[in-house]
Amino acid sequence: MKLIFEKSVKGRGSSILGKCDVEYAALPEALARTQAPALPEISETDLSRHYTELCHNVHGVNCGFYPLGSCTMKYNPRIDEEIAALPGFTAVHPLAPADTTAGCREVLDKAGEYLCEVTGMDGMTFQPAAGAHGEFTGILLIKKYHDSRGEAHRNKIIVPDSAHGTNPATAAMCGYQVVNIPSAPNGCVDLEALKAVLGDDTAGLMLTNPNTVGIFDENILEITRLVHEAGGLCYYDGANLNAIMGAVRPGDMGFDCIHMNLHKTFATPHGGGGPGAGAVGCKAHLKEFLPTSALMEGEGALQMRSFAGNFLVVVKALAYIMTLGREGIPEASANAVLNANYLMRRIQGTFEPAFDRICMHEFVLDLSEFKKRTGVSALDVAKSLIDYGMHPPTMYFPLIVHEALMLEPTETESRETLDWAADIFRKLYELAETDPEYMHNAPHSAYIARPDEVRAARTPILRYTAE
Amino acid sequence: MNYPAELKYSKSHEWVKMEGDVAVIGITDFAQDALGDVVFVNLPSVGDSVTAGAAFGDVESVKAVSDLVSPVSGEIVEVNEALADAPEVFNSDPYGSWIIKVSGITDTEELLDAAAYEAFCAEEA
Repeated sequence: MKLIFEKSVKGRGSSILGKCDVEYAALPEALARTQAPALPEISETDLSRHYTELCHNVHGVNCGFYPLGSCTMKYNPRIDEEIAALPGFTAVHPLAPADTTAGCREVLDKAGEYLCEVTGMDGMTFQPAAGAHGEFTGILLIKKYHDSRGEAHRNKIIVPDSAHGTNPATAAMCGYQVVNIPSAPNGCVDLEALKAVLGDDTAGLMLTNPNTVGIFDENILEITRLVHEAGGLCYYDGANLNAIMGAVRPGDMGFDCIHMNLHKTFATPHGGGGPGAGAVGCKAHLKEFLPTSALMEGEGALQMRSFAGNFLVVVKALAYIMTLGREGIPEASANAVLNANYLMRRIQGTFEPAFDRICMHEFVLDLSEFKKRTGVSALDVAKSLIDYGMHPPTMYFPLIVHEALMLEPTETESRETLDWAADIFRKLYELAETDPEYMHNAPHSAYIARPDEVRAARTPILRYTAE
Repeated sequence: MNYPAELKYSKSHEWVKMEGDVAVIGITDFAQDALGDVVFVNLPSVGDSVTAGAAFGDVESVKAVSDLVSPVSGEIVEVNEALADAPEVFNSDPYGSWIIKVSGITDTEELLDAAAYEAFCAEEA
């Protein structure tokens, strides 16, 4: 497929953009470019076909099953989109007079109130643009807290080896030393390993619960107690909140702050569809450090982003929460957990779970024995799924399981879809015995089969150049 | 898989060659095979001190980022800067691709000889 730039023909154009109806403001000459930018020139027909073709070459939640573990690729209800598209939300400016934006402020207040209720927190900010930005904000809150108490010497953040890669990256970006602790054989926090690294240099612990292998850490109260006893704070990575929302609250587990990916747990589109929203909640003792918009509300302790964050994502999240209500929110989580367990047991007997026990909203398959026997890797299985119209699960994560495939079906899949998916996994398990070569070369139907990841990483081409 | 007899090995898959009182350190054939194609290496600087059992840098493959763990404590006297531009040599020649040289060694991790390391890898695989 050609790039839009390669389809450009000089002098061609469309009338999609109307005439400019405001006066041109001339830039100072020194700032103006001397040459017109090489923007593609293309007719409306070709433009429409170009993006429709791109659309046909991707797989989204609306195309089919998307069990990408840790990403919560649930269906996004249309009603959320409809509400976020109301002109009262789209045609506002954050600096408009306050008496004209009361509704928007109410959305932020209500969403904050509901999310505090779901998470057991006392304060909420919507400034962070997405999950990792939320983590960054949360750890900075912890830093501010220690600084304010004259405990700036606390310079270590503890992260288990099963954590999402963003956790140690966040801690390092905040200037902390990252202390990695090994997991216990069941994939949960090893209490002895935790005790061994806690001390008066501990700033905090970052944890996902349920963890990245889809298991709820039953020692959570003891874990947070130990960290607090050492003077540290506990950070909850909300990546897996979909397993427990409305059922267990991170605040009640002993966490001091949390980020949520509204764009996954609260059903606003993500995965290239952006933008996201990484709402950060905290307990009362961190509330004074929450970021504010200096332009909207005067100087704040922290400002993570302009204005009120990605506002329309918050509108969608609020629409989702209000549609489901107090009964619907925990029911969604219960179904997410049920679906994951159902799919795991339907596949079991062929591909085996890394941890043979009841899982939460996702589970990890361990294909290392399978690979040894057949030569077919987790990558080969993932690629083969594409030929069946299924998005591959997360691969090779978490790192503590070798040849891992991590599946998260979410609550929005029907039993029929789960049966269909399980049958495909079982079929591939048999195909590996008879025709491994076919799987080494999969997918056979996709527009791009196996991109050269090595070349892409070593010599990336980051922008189009004419020649 | 290749396990040169003249080298010593750590359980975190680094090799060590003693040249007088200088330890030359790299990653093993097993490590490069498990990592897959290495695309980036984060190197320390000359003069940095390293601690046995602690990370001194990291390597990134298309699969994952992994710490480079020092088998000895001491001071870095030389860094193989050429690796930064050609990380693929980790895959093609792991034992020819030394990463750092360390002197003033005060502590050493428990290291394995080639036979013991080969047995250890067989268990890990």
